[in-house]
Amino acid sequence: MQVPAPLEYARATSVEHAIALLERLGEEARIVAGGHSLIPMMKLRLTHLEYLVDINDLHDELDFIRVERGEVRIGALTRHRDLLESEALVPELPIFRDAERVIADPVVRNRGTLGGSLCQADPSEDLSSVCTTLGASCVIRGVSGERVVSMEEFYRGPYETAVGPAEILTEVRIPLRPHSSNAYAKVDRRAGDWAVVAAGAALWLDDDGLIADARVGLAAVGPNTTGIPAISEALRGRAPSEEAFAEAGELAAAASSPTTDGRGSAAYKRHLAAELTRRTLRRAAERIADRALERESA
Amino acid sequence: MQVTLTVNGEVVTREVEARLLLVHFLRDELGLTGTHAGCDTSNCGACVVLYDGEPVKSCTVLTPMAGGHDVRTVEDLERDDRLDPVQQGFMECHGLQCGFCTPGMMLTARALLDAEPDPDEQQIREAISGQICRCTGYTSIVRSVRWAAEREAADREAVDAS
Repeated sequence: MQVPAPLEYARATSVEHAIALLERLGEEARIVAGGHSLIPMMKLRLTHLEYLVDINDLHDELDFIRVERGEVRIGALTRHRDLLESEALVPELPIFRDAERVIADPVVRNRGTLGGSLCQADPSEDLSSVCTTLGASCVIRGVSGERVVSMEEFYRGPYETAVGPAEILTEVRIPLRPHSSNAYAKVDRRAGDWAVVAAGAALWLDDDGLIADARVGLAAVGPNTTGIPAISEALRGRAPSEEAFAEAGELAAAASSPTTDGRGSAAYKRHLAAELTRRTLRRAAERIADRALERESA
Repeated sequence: MQVTLTVNGEVVTREVEARLLLVHFLRDELGLTGTHAGCDTSNCGACVVLYDGEPVKSCTVLTPMAGGHDVRTVEDLERDDRLDPVQQGFMECHGLQCGFCTPGMMLTARALLDAEPDPDEQQIREAISGQICRCTGYTSIVRSVRWAAEREAADREAVDAS
């Protein structure tokens, strides 16, 4: 039987209250939301915490998906299920539905949250790659106020983020630009399992149809692959083509450092990194073309 | 610490350790042993209960996190000596052999039918994809849930006709 070590529990009544609790309780305290990464880690005694601050009541402040002019804002307490089912996200950010379909299983998705996934910063976790791919930024609040950091600054490596001991991730902001789309793909062995490899891609075209920017993020192939800058550099200014995407795939494979394990050999995973990069870039380009057609026919 | 929550329609208050998992609270504190403890790692789904109407894995919820919430276990499916159509479906279509996964499977099926009264095979398979059955190969479970969907549709028609 696995149970967590003894702990104290407090329920936050506001974000401000949560921060005050964290401030008072010190480094042995941590936020719990869905708990579907944290509680298993506590049961396995991989993490030792003395206090949990439960933020599940903070719907008004932290549970929202807002599509605004030029930006999408998603609250940290938004559950996987809501990200999957959100119709508002589909036109501009279909990558969320792609990814959420293959995150854990429906029962786990009822509890797990966006903020929890990002703060867990597991290198096999999907939403870190998704948010990095989209060029998202994270809003972190502490006693002295709010700061906004890019996903690159947020994700410091496996299980490490920019969130300090008395701080809380409150929302994720994703910039929206015209002529863009995105996609996510994962290969896994069975429902709910960790990815063998997963890849996310986002493409932004300029008015001439050339690639203004492209971003690719991988999961489960090493510690620092949530963003691969070499791919962005290689694709900028080029036409979206199979050749360009194949080259991006090669760069993705080169940036990967997978290990051979029960989910597959390192060589197979590197192959998947290349193939999934190609597929998601292709899918993003197709989606841009589809949306352009829709607009023309409208 | 003191926790108050609603379990199967009854408000219960207990003094518990904050680390007590909901599955153990239900089984050991309340004696509701219909909820099974399986893998302990939120993979197998034997411990699924309805939490504010949605299936959750109760091995991954701390009891105080359920404070103020509404929990429903398999014991509450039968009401007024009448089995829930999902339970009847599992009987009619042999939706179980050893029975270990059955309470969780039935509660997920109940939540699915409440949200989607006429699910197709794919929707049923997706809904139960976080739960493991080592006996049936799932086929008879899917059939059981379809049986329940059809029974409820027939019951609704009968009510409309009367």
